[in-house]
Amino acid sequence: MAEFTLPKNSKVQKGKTFPATGAANAKTFSIYRWDPDTGENPRMDHFEIDLDKCGPMVLDALVKIKNEVDTTLTFRRSCREGICGSCAMNIDGTNTLACLKPIADVKGDIRINPLPHMPVVKDLVPDLSHAYAQYRSIEPWLQSDTPAPPDGERRQSKEERAKMDGMWECILCFCCTTSCPSYWWNSDRYLGPATLLAAYRWIADSRDERTGERLDALQDPFKLYRCHTIMNCTQTCPKGLNPAKAIGEIKTLMLERQG
Amino acid sequence: MANAPHQTVMRSGLGKARGLGSAKTGTAHWWAERATSIALVPLTLWFILAMFRLVSAPRFAVMAWAGNPLNATLLLALVIITFHHMALGLQVVIEDYVHAEKTRLASLLAMKGLTALLAIAAIVAVLKLALAA
Repeated sequence: MAEFTLPKNSKVQKGKTFPATGAANAKTFSIYRWDPDTGENPRMDHFEIDLDKCGPMVLDALVKIKNEVDTTLTFRRSCREGICGSCAMNIDGTNTLACLKPIADVKGDIRINPLPHMPVVKDLVPDLSHAYAQYRSIEPWLQSDTPAPPDGERRQSKEERAKMDGMWECILCFCCTTSCPSYWWNSDRYLGPATLLAAYRWIADSRDERTGERLDALQDPFKLYRCHTIMNCTQTCPKGLNPAKAIGEIKTLMLERQG
Repeated sequence: MANAPHQTVMRSGLGKARGLGSAKTGTAHWWAERATSIALVPLTLWFILAMFRLVSAPRFAVMAWAGNPLNATLLLALVIITFHHMALGLQVVIEDYVHAEKTRLASLLAMKGLTALLAIAAIVAVLKLALAA
């Protein structure tokens, strides 16, 4: 059966509190902590941060905590401008990028957890190996029997190019995939919204000649049809993309070709 | 490395992700769910309206209504499509939440058998009513 409660060794316990003494404008960040080396259960640590001495985004606060309060706090980050997808995490109950989430958007304490329902490597770092392998499994590269013109690139009309808008922008942060209940219960077989959006990006690419094979590979009750149009993916996407629509387009094409 | 923990799964990530590959099916089920739900909108409305009209009607009036070939046809359509739709939907629920292969197969068989029996019982009831007149 699908599990609806956390296993015993994953139950989250109360953690430490780090007060910001003398701060006029303090805000509390409650952060999920788990260290594989201690053998202890995960805990929520509370960090009070003086917002007058902190940048505007949640990532700024995390970096400040790591630099000034607790150097063991572990999280991924790189570009700090929403293009690398490293700092995807669950902030205030919603999956998003810490670098794009303004602290001011959250009233009260800010709860920060790793992306839901993924194995945790440490603190806010989830293990995305399986999601990456699923992305690899849809063969996300151009496949064409017609050789490229010897003197230039493969050509595409403006209309054909426009069909890929809303998909090439995906940065593979997996906020959508890890927000999907269907992916929580059946991630072993269901590909999840991020990977299906990527699959449709190649199906919709006029230069790709393997459209049929790509649809064949998705023709499956689990790989594609575990999508029950819950729409969490579209609601949570920090880039404002619409994976649910892309999945709908794949389903439409499936119907179209079977006549 | 003498004390290295025993590993039971060393299959690659890609191997696990590809799994057993595509079942080459799924669209027919998905489309049948949609088609039956669309068909059930007018059928259910018609049935509810008809039941309102027959409230407190005597038995012979109900039998006469069901004996009308059009009404009998629509009643049978309603029954068959409803239970077909129910089986399709419950199948998805079971596949979503029941993961142990044997339990899953047993639940699916039990659910489909029970749904089929319910459908047949409803069909028998409609025919009895319609042909008794």
